[in-house]
Amino acid sequence: MHFGPHLLLAALEGLVTSAVLALTALGLSLVFGVMRIVNVAHGEFFMLGAVLAWAISTAISGHPAVGFVAALVIAPLLVGLVAFLAEWLVLRRLNYNPESTIVATIGMLYIIQQLALTFYGPEARPVEPPFSYRILLPWFGYSGYKLSVVAASAILLVLTWLVLTRTRIGLIMRATQYDRETAQAFGIPVERIYAGVFAVGAMLAAIAAVLIVPISQAHYLMGQDPLLLSFIVVIIGGLGSLRGTVVAAILIGLADGIVSMFFSPTLAKIIATLVVAMVLVFRPQGLFGTTQR
Amino acid sequence: MADKNGFFDLSKTTLSRRTALKGMAAGAGLALAPGFVRYSQAQSSAPIKIGFQSHRTGIGAAYGRWYEKTSAAAVKAINDAGGIGGRKVELVIEDDGTDPARGAEVVGKFAKQHKTDIVFGTLFSHVVIGSAPAAGENKIPYFVVSEGHHVASTKLNRYVFQPGITDVKSQIKSMAPWIAANAGKKVTQIFPDFAFGYDHRDYLPPALKAQGADVIAQIAIPPTESSFTKYFPQIPAETEVIYHVMVGPAVLTFVKELGEFYGSQRPQLFGFMDSLEAVDINSPGLEFLDGSHFWEGSPRYAQPDDSAAQQAYRAAVGIDDNGAAVGDPKDVSTASHMFGCWETLYVVKKAMEDAGYKGPEDRAKLVEATEALKEFAEGPEHPQGPKTFNGKIHQCFGIQNISKVEGGKLKVVHKTKIEDGLYEPEGDYTTQAL
Repeated sequence: MHFGPHLLLAALEGLVTSAVLALTALGLSLVFGVMRIVNVAHGEFFMLGAVLAWAISTAISGHPAVGFVAALVIAPLLVGLVAFLAEWLVLRRLNYNPESTIVATIGMLYIIQQLALTFYGPEARPVEPPFSYRILLPWFGYSGYKLSVVAASAILLVLTWLVLTRTRIGLIMRATQYDRETAQAFGIPVERIYAGVFAVGAMLAAIAAVLIVPISQAHYLMGQDPLLLSFIVVIIGGLGSLRGTVVAAILIGLADGIVSMFFSPTLAKIIATLVVAMVLVFRPQGLFGTTQR
Repeated sequence: MADKNGFFDLSKTTLSRRTALKGMAAGAGLALAPGFVRYSQAQSSAPIKIGFQSHRTGIGAAYGRWYEKTSAAAVKAINDAGGIGGRKVELVIEDDGTDPARGAEVVGKFAKQHKTDIVFGTLFSHVVIGSAPAAGENKIPYFVVSEGHHVASTKLNRYVFQPGITDVKSQIKSMAPWIAANAGKKVTQIFPDFAFGYDHRDYLPPALKAQGADVIAQIAIPPTESSFTKYFPQIPAETEVIYHVMVGPAVLTFVKELGEFYGSQRPQLFGFMDSLEAVDINSPGLEFLDGSHFWEGSPRYAQPDDSAAQQAYRAAVGIDDNGAAVGDPKDVSTASHMFGCWETLYVVKKAMEDAGYKGPEDRAKLVEATEALKEFAEGPEHPQGPKTFNGKIHQCFGIQNISKVEGGKLKVVHKTKIEDGLYEPEGDYTTQAL
């Protein structure tokens, strides 16, 4: 294959990775930004979204699009509910202590993963895409659904940004992020905001998973890779910075697509890790992060 | 860290008599729980214990579940017919997480804690290679059902056997003539980047060369990869056949993305069933495979010429004519590999009875008796077909099936002969000390 088409394919693949990664990492970044909690179980909420998407889309007969849309609505809501309960049952009891919550979310990771193994099983199961249009380029074919994932993700990112910057609830969340105690003094119900943010963070991961599950499959171990990549993205972009998260996701996704296509996937991972190390050494707050007060 | 709730403040808790009694009861319960039982010296009436190293979790979990089902069915059949040498057989199952380090620990646990007679049942080649030294150190016979060439390469040790499934080197050698004659002469290989894939990488090129065909590109893919489109541009345009063998949970994505990439303008495809084990061949996106060919160890779909033994085996394991669990058509089996568990357990039975096996003190005798085996006739004990066994390299050799995807089913179109897959032994385990 010639260089041009090759690069195009690499860029397309990279964009799909970026799109899903941006959504997942945004959830992680939001939870850290507002709550100062490193949510190690984030990847499992992603996995849970995919597994529920499979369950919902197989329960609904008819055109695959119906099942998929139902999954896109119901699965994130259920995952949000699980996250809400986890926040209420566990994180709140630990007073959001940074060290304890890391250990607690590691525990959640294993509990969710093993429950999925017990009730869903070890198989990788497919979800039918809502439409299966194959875009025929002169050099190769490409899945139309994959491109729609990029579009859907872009819309969701813009929506999240609008909510955070243009609505009252967004203002309250930003106020809580900026200074928890002052916000509380001004009558903001910080605990309720925390529960909501934790649920929304998990829901973003779940939405990303529902979008990706017709491309890859639902599997109980699928949360590990997104978790690692999300951490890389969030560290490079700056913990808590939404703009940084999105920019870093696009950067990492495209670099991963292009490097792994022209060189090797292992080299792409090496470079990503190296970038993280360099960022931590030279700009510990991340590209767009602000230093903590 | 502030301990606001006083979880760690011992002065707050007082030990009541009731709590102490509860603790003692729990301790006694633990001591009685499986794994903590003190075993008496194996009596002639005590069951023979087979330690089953199972991939219950990790990337091999779908295989592990069917390996357990098949082994349980074989043990039931053996026990119903009087057991091994009149003693009942019992499976002791431990999960290895499809992880080599844990695999070695599990072998040690079987040898020292459960005191099983043998260890059995491992599939993934990296786990076998990681566990084999532990089997050698503990001098416990280790019967794997792995398909890899590592046992026959004689690079493991005298305690490791593979008597139930043919190794990859032999499979490739026996099928290369068919590939070269029917699929094409210019072959691109796609394989997982670990031990099992390396068997394919190393043995396919010489086997095809001998038939006048060439491997023109080799593409290694990490076993944990979840997206594959990025590898496809490496496939040379002049490729006539794509030879694919993939493992792990992402196999379905691999085939789907290959379909999106090529559409109907694809080269011929020859795949190892490993690429689709436990996956329904009629899954959305797999229409692309129609007309392509697969290696199958034992056919997934019931064939018109199935022997009575094959039919009885399928019924005993509980798979229907489509190779899925009876009553759950979505629960597709790993038919190409799991027959090896059934056959291996019958080999163990034969070898133990030949050796007059009494207990762990006879393990060396069991090794020698297994090495003395020469062939296994087709029948209820070996439903996949007849096999020969080479005691020097601890490996069996059987027939292979090449199947074509037709109308959403796999139809066997060619069966190899045992002689097609024989090669010069690379060493001799029997010269090693026991």
